[in-house]
Amino acid sequence: MSGRPPPEPVQVVKQRRDAALARMAAAVPYARWLGVSFDRRGDELTAILSYDEKLIGNPRLPALHGGAIGAFLEITAIMELAWALVWARMEGGGAEAEAIDAGRFPPLPKTIDFTVDYLRSGLPRDAYARARVNRMGRRYASVHVEAWQDNRARLFAQATGHFLMPDGEDAGGEGGA
Amino acid sequence: MTRSEDRLAAARAFIAALPYSRNLGMEILEVGEGVARLALGYDPRFVGDPETGVLHGGVVTSLLDTTSGAAVLLHPAMTGQATATLDLRIDYLRPAPAGLRLQARAECYRVTRTVAFVRALAWATGPDDPVASAAGAFTAGPARPAR
Repeated sequence: MSGRPPPEPVQVVKQRRDAALARMAAAVPYARWLGVSFDRRGDELTAILSYDEKLIGNPRLPALHGGAIGAFLEITAIMELAWALVWARMEGGGAEAEAIDAGRFPPLPKTIDFTVDYLRSGLPRDAYARARVNRMGRRYASVHVEAWQDNRARLFAQATGHFLMPDGEDAGGEGGA
Repeated sequence: MTRSEDRLAAARAFIAALPYSRNLGMEILEVGEGVARLALGYDPRFVGDPETGVLHGGVVTSLLDTTSGAAVLLHPAMTGQATATLDLRIDYLRPAPAGLRLQARAECYRVTRTVAFVRALAWATGPDDPVASAAGAFTAGPARPAR
């Protein structure tokens, strides 16, 4: 029985994960423009939409624009899927983990469809969202996203979307959105 | 001004009053009874995948949502002056080509006392080669009490 290698120091693990997440978040111009950032606890991500006047749709209420809310939820869903792919490679070690360390990331999943359910008007303040991958196959994935502002239990929007996974696209050779 | 010019002026004022749509650079091209057509210019800041230069799906969603909301307000049966999205489904039919302006056309085809129903299409080169399609439900009638 060969001995297990000693676990890596916590700061090395944390630094690697945070660096990968920061690179992924910075790579999407529209997510930066909208003001979306990510908070990580282990592999769990929380997306944060920092309030800005440019996100307002109805200045009389005022309320966040439905398009900004939908976009925030879609960014959260795509990041959750991309992060799941990167996490698996990073934690698996070997050549795939080295590729992530070197900044070579798998292609992003592509949205097939996305349905947003607007439950309450978005208030002029920060918003948060978490996505749950309900199914991730080799080709298709189904993701549900919940968004809230002040109270986690009081959602102001939720969404469900289907996505084409990058590996599945290579294997299947299909185009798609 | 003729009625249609009135409508176009009102629709332009509507978009100009929405900071989010204005900041994305949306522009009204055409309006009619329950119909709106808007454009959004290509901008590298709105890219979703830097490998391909394709606009983020959220940008397409934003254009379709705004165009749909404008179509609802342009419906002759709409009594209130405001509407909000209840539900919006987007089907991404193909990637939005890098570098090209997008257009969207929405039609509000049914308004009840409380709900307006809309369908919309977005394209880059022409309506026969759509980038995305949408179906939505919007609030109609008097403004809802704060929730």
